[in-house]
Amino acid sequence: MKLPTSSLEEWRYSRIDSLDLDRFEPVGSSSRSGGHDETIPGALVEAARRCSAGGTLVETVDGRLSIVESAPGSGAKVTVLSQAAEEPALVWAAGGLDAFGTANEAFSVDPILIEVTDRDRPVKVTVVHHCLTDGLVSFPRVLVRAAPNVDVTVTEVLSGDSACLVVPVSDLDVAANARMVYLGVQALGGRAWQIASQSSRVAAGGTLTSGVVALGGDYARVLTSSSLTGAGASSRLAAMYFASGSQMHDFRTVQDHNARKTFSELLYKGVVANTATSVYSGLIRVEKGAKGTRAFQTNRNLVLHEGARAESVPNLEIEENDVSCSHASAIGPVSEDERFYLHSRGVPPQVADRLISIGFLTEVLEQLPLGDLSPHVVEALSAKLAAAEATQAERSDRPQSGEAGQEELM
Amino acid sequence: MLAVRDLRAKVAGKEILKGIDLEVRSGEVHAVMGPNGSGKSTLSHVLMGRPGYEITSGQVTLDGQDILGMPTWRRAQAGLFLGMQYPIEVPGVSLEAVLRESFTAGGRDPADVDDLVGSEVGRVGFDARLLKRALNVDFSGGEKKRSETLQLAVLRPFFAMLDEVDSGLDVDALRDVARRVAQAAAQEGLGVIAITHYTRLLSELRPDRVHVLSGGRIVASGGSDLADELEAHGYGAWGKDEPARPPEVALAAPTFP
Repeated sequence: MKLPTSSLEEWRYSRIDSLDLDRFEPVGSSSRSGGHDETIPGALVEAARRCSAGGTLVETVDGRLSIVESAPGSGAKVTVLSQAAEEPALVWAAGGLDAFGTANEAFSVDPILIEVTDRDRPVKVTVVHHCLTDGLVSFPRVLVRAAPNVDVTVTEVLSGDSACLVVPVSDLDVAANARMVYLGVQALGGRAWQIASQSSRVAAGGTLTSGVVALGGDYARVLTSSSLTGAGASSRLAAMYFASGSQMHDFRTVQDHNARKTFSELLYKGVVANTATSVYSGLIRVEKGAKGTRAFQTNRNLVLHEGARAESVPNLEIEENDVSCSHASAIGPVSEDERFYLHSRGVPPQVADRLISIGFLTEVLEQLPLGDLSPHVVEALSAKLAAAEATQAERSDRPQSGEAGQEELM
Repeated sequence: MLAVRDLRAKVAGKEILKGIDLEVRSGEVHAVMGPNGSGKSTLSHVLMGRPGYEITSGQVTLDGQDILGMPTWRRAQAGLFLGMQYPIEVPGVSLEAVLRESFTAGGRDPADVDDLVGSEVGRVGFDARLLKRALNVDFSGGEKKRSETLQLAVLRPFFAMLDEVDSGLDVDALRDVARRVAQAAAQEGLGVIAITHYTRLLSELRPDRVHVLSGGRIVASGGSDLADELEAHGYGAWGKDEPARPPEVALAAPTFP
């Protein structure tokens, strides 16, 4: 496999140059047993399992299918495509898969096809991938096909505290007038590498609400491509990320409009602490014929400590008239005024920063389709923030981030 | 007692406070009045430890304890409170969360916050629905000042500086806020420094002492009769020809081009 390099625009700012594939073995070449989930992700996984009550639960361990449970009348049909079964084509829009997406296709051990055809009731599907073995590379692959007029909620969780490389593909097809809610929660430990691809296609009158929560990983990347292919299709894309220590969270998004009167709205908000980095690079693409498109993209980043860094690169590519598009991007430190206000009420600095950070993320937390996972995500976030503040306090020469931030609105 | 001695401070290299002396005992209400630019707000911010001010000399003690060496949050925990002229919006952070964290940091039981808040919302006329909303975000001028007063009442500081608490307030809100502060002074022994440009606050909040701040110095001190004199003659006697009552607002019909 030929790896890309950070000289490519799609990999600019990333850590791809430090990926050493020799550190990892594919599934099946090792019989080592893995570790176990951390406490908070463990609670999160339990909550995700509970969400599947009355619906469908699929779990994999290091890329291999371990559980398929479907309640009677769950409304979803699960097929494991391991035995060289015919796989439906992916929904990838123009631009296509990168090297990792292609590798997933070649190496995924148990690709999972979830077909939802029951339009009489809301359908729930939960997928949990456990990445348990150090030094292993796994390729989880989940294809969801929502038939016309169905209403389906998919929750996908990545969990496990191993030093692994996980290359997941999630491929969502929303047929005419169907409604899909998708939530991806990345709750890996701090040693994992994740290079994920999420693609979606929404047909006429269909809606997709998609959320990403990124907490773990050493380097964790998600490439999201959302394509609106039928008149009146809409997507709402949200992500919340919090990177601390020396983590890097890396997001690339494409909002692709190629039908009339389509609507997409994206909100990605994240916090970087200690010496962590985040990257957001997003493109709104309006193709010829997509008249009446409305497309919005917002990325905001809070830089909690001086050593942390955020990059934000918004882009527009418009080939049609009569469209309404905007993008906004902001990177800035904690407001000294907000800090002073909380300090003046007797709130200590570390607690004030934690409150302000969670407050900053509240807007996106409210938009994410977290459902019953909400308290667990907030708890994991709070614990991570407290740990980041403790890490920062240990560095005796704690810098004061007093400089004014850059705020750009484009 | 809150004691300020020979306090001098600079902002961006320019001396704004040029030697302030002030003593406020528990239960006393002091009004610090003065024209625009006299250093009133600077005084309150310097006492609370807001970044951006350089203290060049002087001493401030709270019950004998030096506070100028303390970070802001410790001054607050030591019993100092600043009611701000322009309370700062804090997106996503609720009033309840702030009060609970303040209690926790001060060794008080955060579970007590709910009851205290519940008993105060009516007294200060604060809309309880705002308790869970982001602090000061989309609050009206009156709601912001009622919120400041609610926080004062729940946190129970020993000394409170109220910076232009009367600005942006309608008559009802002004009365509610002033009465609650006056009660805290009379019943709970709160010492108050009420900073104001205008005298209208003082008809509700009867001050024990009135100080006139001009050019970074306290140029006159007296009883409440000093406020009456300002009401009648403005700040002209101290070199600034400004009235000490709000300008009359002409209620003309709006015109459209």
